[in-house]
Amino acid sequence: MLCLLRQMRFLLLFSRQGRLRLQKWFTPMMDREKKKIIRDMTTMVLSRQPRTCNFMQWKDLKIIYKRYASLYFCLAIESQENELLALEVIHRYVELLDKYFGNVCELDIIFNFEKAYFILDEFLMGGEIQETSKQIVNRSIDASDMLQETLEEYMSKPAF
Amino acid sequence: MLQHSYTHTAMSPSVPLQEMIRAIRSARTQCEERGVIQRECAAIRAQFRQADNGGRSHNLAKLLYVHMLGYPAHFGQMECVRMIASSRYSEKRVGYLGAMMLLDEKQDASLLITNSIKNDLSHSNQYVQSLALCTLACMGSAEMCRDLAPEIDRLLRASNSYIKKKAALCAVHIVRKVHELGELFAPAARSLLSEKNHGVLHGAVVLITELCERSSESLERFRKTVPDLVQIMKGLVISGYSPEHDVAGISDPFLQVRLLRLLRILGRNNETASDAMNDLLAQVATNTDSTKTVGNAVLYETVLTVLDIKSESGLRVLAVNILGRFLLNNDRNIRYIAMTSLQKIVGTDHNAVQRHRGTIVDCLKDQDASVKRRALDLSLALVSASNIRSMMKELLLFLSSCPPELRSQAANGIFTAAERYAPSKRWHIDTILHVLITAGGDVRDETVPNLIQLITNTSELHCYTVHKLYRALLSDISQQSLVQVACWCIGEYGDLLLRGDCQEVEPMQVCEDDVLDALETVLQSHMSSTATRGFALTATMKLSTRITDNVDRIRSIVSIYGSCIDLELQQRAVEYNALFKKYDHMRAAVLERMPVIERNSSGLINGDPTGEPVKEVQPSKVKTEVSLPLPQAADQTCDLLDLLSSSEQQPQSPPAAGSSILTQPLGTDCSAGRDLLDLLGGLEPTPPPTAVTVYEKDGVTLTIVCEKQSDSAMTVTLTGFNSSDCDVSSFTLQAAVPKSVQLHMKAPSGDSLPAGGAAKVTQVVLLNNPNKVNLKMRIRVSYSCRGSTVQETVQVDSFPGL
Repeated sequence: MLCLLRQMRFLLLFSRQGRLRLQKWFTPMMDREKKKIIRDMTTMVLSRQPRTCNFMQWKDLKIIYKRYASLYFCLAIESQENELLALEVIHRYVELLDKYFGNVCELDIIFNFEKAYFILDEFLMGGEIQETSKQIVNRSIDASDMLQETLEEYMSKPAF
Repeated sequence: MLQHSYTHTAMSPSVPLQEMIRAIRSARTQCEERGVIQRECAAIRAQFRQADNGGRSHNLAKLLYVHMLGYPAHFGQMECVRMIASSRYSEKRVGYLGAMMLLDEKQDASLLITNSIKNDLSHSNQYVQSLALCTLACMGSAEMCRDLAPEIDRLLRASNSYIKKKAALCAVHIVRKVHELGELFAPAARSLLSEKNHGVLHGAVVLITELCERSSESLERFRKTVPDLVQIMKGLVISGYSPEHDVAGISDPFLQVRLLRLLRILGRNNETASDAMNDLLAQVATNTDSTKTVGNAVLYETVLTVLDIKSESGLRVLAVNILGRFLLNNDRNIRYIAMTSLQKIVGTDHNAVQRHRGTIVDCLKDQDASVKRRALDLSLALVSASNIRSMMKELLLFLSSCPPELRSQAANGIFTAAERYAPSKRWHIDTILHVLITAGGDVRDETVPNLIQLITNTSELHCYTVHKLYRALLSDISQQSLVQVACWCIGEYGDLLLRGDCQEVEPMQVCEDDVLDALETVLQSHMSSTATRGFALTATMKLSTRITDNVDRIRSIVSIYGSCIDLELQQRAVEYNALFKKYDHMRAAVLERMPVIERNSSGLINGDPTGEPVKEVQPSKVKTEVSLPLPQAADQTCDLLDLLSSSEQQPQSPPAAGSSILTQPLGTDCSAGRDLLDLLGGLEPTPPPTAVTVYEKDGVTLTIVCEKQSDSAMTVTLTGFNSSDCDVSSFTLQAAVPKSVQLHMKAPSGDSLPAGGAAKVTQVVLLNNPNKVNLKMRIRVSYSCRGSTVQETVQVDSFPGL
């Protein structure tokens, strides 16, 4: 049995020009491999015809992709996973980003990429869904941010 | 503690990071960008070396951005390790992010963070714990997992839900890395099922699924939880609106799907477990709202579960019907997954899937190439004796407009289906012709011989077939397989074509010149492959016995091709020429109608000589002659070196390539025409062979009989005979020939010559004399008789029959 079997293998976000905005790898991989996969995914997804379905077969994985405004979300799942649910996973992540940034757009993700990762890491973990409630994820992020802000402020205040 | 009027908007952005990003983005060329990045990286490196200046997290963040653009960032690895060990949350946060992005288990530096993770796992602040858990689940090596497993187990049992859910997924990662540790987590996993928090439940279900997939003991143990799982699921399906987990009216679809998946694993191959979940599955299947994707996601998982466990037939039908409904959905994603699911069950639930055949066939016309492909697979799987006619109509329609990458699959699928379920021979032939006309270039090689075999077997349709093929040939000669079959038929049944009276086709007056024109067009066209031209030439030749007026035209065509550059065509033409000249008396017999062709398992044609059922097929007989020389022959020749005037080695090679085509092995690209030529050698008239006695002593005689095979090759048959009254044993023969002559001795029939001529020994020797030197042969005879050994050498200078 494969020890690398998990729900999701990787998640990529890239623009219509193929510029990478986020990469999350759920299994260990060589840099060379990652670069190849990124190339393959961007080529495959960007060359898809407009009215085709959101699923593709690639090697032993299923690739689920969806375009939101100028960003392509590309999620690779194991072949026995539920494609329709994968679409919901992508959609949930977009909703989380939208709630955090307020009408999220590509620029938000470019200039605040680390936040996009923090949010992702509250939603998914080890290639599986970690939290199914939107509100709880949002609250966790806010609380973490507050912790960071608080501590920083605290650290920068002169000691009296 | 400071009070924040903190809103939900993002906290203040990292200014240095954003400035750098702006600078990079404003670069107008790749080169400029590289320049900016190089400068930034240099600055970052310098910063890393400096003492703590409060801006460390910003620096690392900048490096991570640069890394995402594809630039090397390994020099930041140690900085990640340092940041993780920091006491500042902001630094830890970026440090751990950096670790997940830059470090993986293959890097040595990853081991260095094990201690930090260990400490942070028991940090007082849950967000720090969370960072450690997340990182461990992301890139924890097997070593780290072993090290930290007990800690994770502790967190699984005693912590708040925020940590528990993360610990569960950490445990999942650990089990994936170190299978044996599954045992450790099993008890905690079991107790987590009684939690109310969805995040924890979800994590627990994932963990239990992982454990069950890895060990059958776990599977057995967790089967007992089926009633609990059913309860949880029921709660989700029936309960009222829960705002926290609602997605378009479905309560926590993510958890529902995971529960269904676990139920599937537990119910597989187990009647009891399957029974326990039957009602629930029926409930979910009927009650789930299917207007949105999320509902369909749950329905889909339900269907997969129903079809995989031992469900009762009513439930199975329900599941297949859901798939059938999916096929009609406007959303092509849904149509696509319906197809893939139906494909998986078309073998086991064939009748249920047949009910949706109409919809599936309609999907052949879908715009989406992936849907089309699936529809083709399914349609081919659904063809049966009862629907073959209507299905074939649809499939042929599909073939004429399908995307090029599917043509081969479609054509071959159609052939297989036609072969299995053809309602009549005429229908079968028509179908194959249709495919060849539409997609002749995409069919497999065996199609041509297979079709020829089918045609010869259908004698009542010979007239019809040749007419149809002739017409097809007139309109298009680009599809090689079609042209080959057409040429073969015209050659074989040309007389029927010329007679012109065929009921099933429109009357068409075809004269001999028309037919020869058609064949010549094929011969001369640059579109025709060599094989095709071979077919055309042979067909032309065969017509010489089927037409009356234009035989001279055929003669001239054949003689022209005698000097064709293509070796294959040239050889054929030369041999056909011979058939016109020297062997004209045989031409009619040789070019006679072919008998029904037997089909061997590989689909190749096995030609039987006309009217001689007992004789073995010439080509295979020849094949043995071409085989490597036997060891004893080698010894014999070596021994004879001293007998010969020249002391050079005799070559052991098989007869040269220039010799008769009898020696060429039968290839897969065999046309009926080729077989015909192979028969030619066998039917060659030989004058009764004269046996010449070359040795005689005390009743033991040796005779030779010579047969010329071609210009340079001949066979010499040596026969030993014993008319004396004492037995002869160990009768062996050795032969030697001049240097340039090739010799091959076949195995003798035996080595004993009983007294009184009761039996004889024969041995065949193959000679090839390409240089046409004066042929001589020395033969050494040795045998035992009356206890003593006799050895004699004779020389043969003239060979009768040469």
